[in-house]
Amino acid sequence: MTTRLLELRSQVLSKNDQVAAQLRARFEAAGVVALNLVSSPGTGKTAFLERTLALLIAAGVRTATLVGDLATDNDARRLARSGGVVRQIETHGYCHLEAAWIGEHIAAAGWDLQQVDYFFIENVGNLVCPASYDLGERIRVVLLSATEGEDKPLKYPVLFNSADVAIITKIDLAAACEFDADHAAANIHTVRPGIPIFATSAKSGAGMDAWLAWLTAQRPSP
Amino acid sequence: MHELSIALSLVHLAQDAALQAGAVQVKRVQIEVGAMAGVVPEALELGFTIATRETILESAELRVTLVPVVVFCSPCGQEVEPTNSLSICCPLCGTPSDDIRRGQELDLVSLEIVEDPLNPEQPL
Repeated sequence: MTTRLLELRSQVLSKNDQVAAQLRARFEAAGVVALNLVSSPGTGKTAFLERTLALLIAAGVRTATLVGDLATDNDARRLARSGGVVRQIETHGYCHLEAAWIGEHIAAAGWDLQQVDYFFIENVGNLVCPASYDLGERIRVVLLSATEGEDKPLKYPVLFNSADVAIITKIDLAAACEFDADHAAANIHTVRPGIPIFATSAKSGAGMDAWLAWLTAQRPSP
Repeated sequence: MHELSIALSLVHLAQDAALQAGAVQVKRVQIEVGAMAGVVPEALELGFTIATRETILESAELRVTLVPVVVFCSPCGQEVEPTNSLSICCPLCGTPSDDIRRGQELDLVSLEIVEDPLNPEQPL
């Protein structure tokens, strides 16, 4: 028996990254804007997405949505009320989604990406694990609710640093929670300089117009 | 706790590379983990012990080199190492940087493999 050193230097998650890159190419080729929504459990990802989908669909935009949870299809049933196509991914305990599952669920649902303008992936509620997994999205959306406190971005900098846009949710509760939106925005920019931030309420609709305008501007020009 | 998933990816990657190189056993796995990789090394070590069971990596040693965060600070015009391990702010001027140069690695660097010279699967 002989022992020797084998030099490799490869990324541990290279397989996921390769699958994600293929997905991203498919989305781009079909003119689809793909978004990955990440936040802690209870931030209001589903309510925010319900409102976003309803507004997009009312404007004649075509959407497809995958929603990840450890268990139940409750969120998929809620989101389906918006009128867009929705499919639940039950992770059976996994704390994050992986790129391969996205492709598998698109195939299983039989979705034609040519018929989709926006593809939403609602990740498992978790501020740590989803940071490591590229899902082929073009835009990573991190959400933070007024009820969580302004310092969440400083406590979970890795995930916030990976985001392309930040949404503050439940802004209608800001006064009751003594939540300072400017302070929260400053903290987001401390861990991720320069990204756009939208303060919204899915309940009252506050801030949704500005978010929709930004989202619309992300569409590829024909 | 996604470190078990990451450990499984690491073991698959290492096993494929080792078998391709004609190894019969892997004794040591050297990885680099950035401070901002979002991975807890202790949890990864535990996951590694589980993920290596009944593979040619069983009882292999996992060596983790931690890589601190290094960012490029535009106002200061140089690479700097933030004081706090998860910060991207320049220790000199306090400006948060959007140019992270190091500290996000999650890399398999090398393997110490055992080859069986009596049965060389890949002669070199």
